[in-house]
Amino acid sequence: MNITTSRRSFLQGAAASSAAVLVIGMAPSGLLAATNGADATMLNPFVKISNDGTVTAVIKHFESGQGPATGLTTLIAEELGISMDAINYEFAPVNPQLYANSAFGGMTQGTGGSSSMFDSYSQYRQAGAAAREVLLQAASQEWGVPVDQLTMEDGTITGAGNSASLGEFVEAASRLQAPQDPQLKDPSQFKLIGNASVHRKDTPPKVNGTAQYAMDIQFDNQMVVAIKRTPRLGGTVASFDDSGAKDITGFIRADVLPNKAGVVVFADDTWAAFQARDALDVTWDNSAAESRSSDQVYDELMAAVNEAPKYNVSNTDQSEVATAIDQASQVVEETFYFPLLAHAPMEPLTCTLEATDDGGVVLYDGCQTPTGPQGAIAQILDLPSEKVQIQTMFAGGSFGRRSTSNSDYQSEAAYAFGMTDRSRPVKLVWSREDDVTGGFYRPAFAHKVRVGLDAEGNIIGWDHRIAGQSIAKGVEVNDSAVENGIDHSSVEGVFPTPYTIPVMFAGLTDIKPATTVSWWRSVGNTHTGYVMESMMDAVAKAVGRDPVAFRLAHLTEDTPEQQRMASVLQMAAEKGNWGKAPDGHAQGIAVHMSFRSFVAEVVEISGNADDGVQIEKVTCAVDCGTPVNPDVVKAQMESGIGYGIGHAMRDEITLEGGVVQQSNFSDYEPLRIADIGEIEVHVVPSTEIPTGVGEPGTPPSAPALANAIAVNGPRVTRLPMDKSGVTFA
Amino acid sequence: MAITIKLNGDTHTVDAEPGTPLLWVIRDKMKLTGTKFGCGIAACGACTVHMDGDPVRSCQTNIEDVGDAEVTTIEGLNSAQAHAVQQAWTEIDVVQCGYCQSGQIMSAVGLLTSNATPTPDEIDDYMNGNACRCATYERIRAAIKRASEIMEA
Repeated sequence: MNITTSRRSFLQGAAASSAAVLVIGMAPSGLLAATNGADATMLNPFVKISNDGTVTAVIKHFESGQGPATGLTTLIAEELGISMDAINYEFAPVNPQLYANSAFGGMTQGTGGSSSMFDSYSQYRQAGAAAREVLLQAASQEWGVPVDQLTMEDGTITGAGNSASLGEFVEAASRLQAPQDPQLKDPSQFKLIGNASVHRKDTPPKVNGTAQYAMDIQFDNQMVVAIKRTPRLGGTVASFDDSGAKDITGFIRADVLPNKAGVVVFADDTWAAFQARDALDVTWDNSAAESRSSDQVYDELMAAVNEAPKYNVSNTDQSEVATAIDQASQVVEETFYFPLLAHAPMEPLTCTLEATDDGGVVLYDGCQTPTGPQGAIAQILDLPSEKVQIQTMFAGGSFGRRSTSNSDYQSEAAYAFGMTDRSRPVKLVWSREDDVTGGFYRPAFAHKVRVGLDAEGNIIGWDHRIAGQSIAKGVEVNDSAVENGIDHSSVEGVFPTPYTIPVMFAGLTDIKPATTVSWWRSVGNTHTGYVMESMMDAVAKAVGRDPVAFRLAHLTEDTPEQQRMASVLQMAAEKGNWGKAPDGHAQGIAVHMSFRSFVAEVVEISGNADDGVQIEKVTCAVDCGTPVNPDVVKAQMESGIGYGIGHAMRDEITLEGGVVQQSNFSDYEPLRIADIGEIEVHVVPSTEIPTGVGEPGTPPSAPALANAIAVNGPRVTRLPMDKSGVTFA
Repeated sequence: MAITIKLNGDTHTVDAEPGTPLLWVIRDKMKLTGTKFGCGIAACGACTVHMDGDPVRSCQTNIEDVGDAEVTTIEGLNSAQAHAVQQAWTEIDVVQCGYCQSGQIMSAVGLLTSNATPTPDEIDDYMNGNACRCATYERIRAAIKRASEIMEA
């Protein structure tokens, strides 16, 4: 394989604007327009059609496995009336004005919050429909046949005895004014949207090894960079000695990062860079470095949930809730702890910077949020932002890791590139150890919940205290997520809750940062979902009610939210044979709404906490609105379940004197195939707007497992479960 | 130093220091990038290649220990078992991020070459060293079963 050739094709693809290309998109004003591709920079192109009829969908979301490359392509193909085999896709260049995510406030180009389909559903359908209409209009003019007598099926336009491929009309169509309000298909006419037999577009290259990830960039003259970083947050380089590295073949040089956070090693290849880094002797200045251990963080959090919370999240009178609970005939109280967690995407973080002829740079990156690194690189290299291009590559997983508040790894690459004469591309490669120790973890959280019940077993008061390190607070770019001092991502999933709870108080206390934290697949819902669903289960058990019936009794309002939540709960219970577990098996259930989607899961286990739990089966029901690619929806549920359960079983990041204690998959053990049994996913048919699927499968998975374990064993309130004495078979 | 390696049916001479893992020779010297770097300590299986048909972790195989062995990467797969596995992986859309899948496929081909009709427990045992952070395990099991059927047909 000639990598240099594929690099050229990236750039040609990015700049593909030859006169023979029709580009359809939505201009910043919101108007649809067709233009000759030479003017493509004026537009927001989602559909490109070349003279030979090749259709290309331009994908504004990155592909880290969740399926937007297939999903957004499906939307275009559906409205254009072509088969999935007749359409290609490519990733959009960085241009936040054109490719912003509406779910991110419309200013930022990026992927996250399970928003790709929610953001793009109308936009991409309109782009496909507009392309269809101008092509038909062009054919109509060419043949002198009224548009209403023409049809377009599978890329062929026919009518009044004429028949031709859509490619014949690309040039003519590019000169027409595109409709501003194209006619979208009625859902009853869909052939591709909702079709479970549509395959992923990215399967073939990922099955034969040709898929190109950022790690696969191999320019002939590139340098590979590895960085020895401070092991403690806030530490800096005092001095370093690279004499041990000088004998390593391929070592070029080492130098201190401008921000003194580490020592950069430049080498000819990856192995030389890693070897040379290992040979460095660095003395750190730890005078301003973090020195706490995670035991201290644990103590701080557990103390915080026992004190008056700093923020009144629910804006309710705490004393009223306290009075209700004081008068309860039964009180259920639990305190929970959730550790730091690393994302550990399969592809370690990496990106490459290469100079362009016009004095700018191209970043090759599995880029989750192009707006961030574009700005960060421009600032570090003192370039106008338009001189920073981004070629988005396949991302080998992310789970939130590739989008950080300071564009951490892309900034490192920019610093390193800026330390060179820029004649050679610079490829930054993180090792797995860099990844596991590199910060931006799911923050640690504690919850303390007291639920008061009346004599009939009804909830009459719910007091909920949360303490943890805010992701957004104090981080300028994320300040919009903070309202009245409350970081929504710290409390989402607890308040507001879809359940009917008569008197609820929710309070929050932030703690001082011990490390860097970030969004981790399903964010706050990773802990809030666990707590809410463990408590519903514990309370049902305390009053002797069936956990499904008890939840349904708190979901009786005639609102879409409660009805959809109740509906997935009932579906999971029915499909999972709730209450009919074979001898020796136990079942747990949980339901949670996140990212506008509703997911319920039944986990069935054998064994027990003392002798070894085996996860036999997980049954899932999901309502994510219109399931654009039902098989992708299923795959995302399978993935979210595995991700949630795997970490809950045995993963945590701990600090000792500020230093991370885990280093690799040997002590941050991923879920393995033998850990988990069958997963069966049922997708609720729907014509509602599509909502999230990348994350919502995760929140119910761990509490459903915990609830199954609690049937004949302990209620696990401290994660990971193995630290609470649960053994797994 | 110059080292001769038999890779995907051809013999190549590469310049690599002793102690260099086969993984980095394949990726950085031969520029074959289908074989992935995931952990560097043989804990994830993303770097799995075949040596004389048997799956090995290339990140823990030093180049000087390869000797005369025939090394096969995902790019060089060409057996009946490999075709069946890749067909099954495609039919079932196993992949998500896809980064571990070269290694998964190399292991699955190894399994089916030594055991054409593995039981579910045998699949779990054999594949347990190949981590998938997207947790595509349900589909990996189904695809191996399907590949076994394709081989029988």
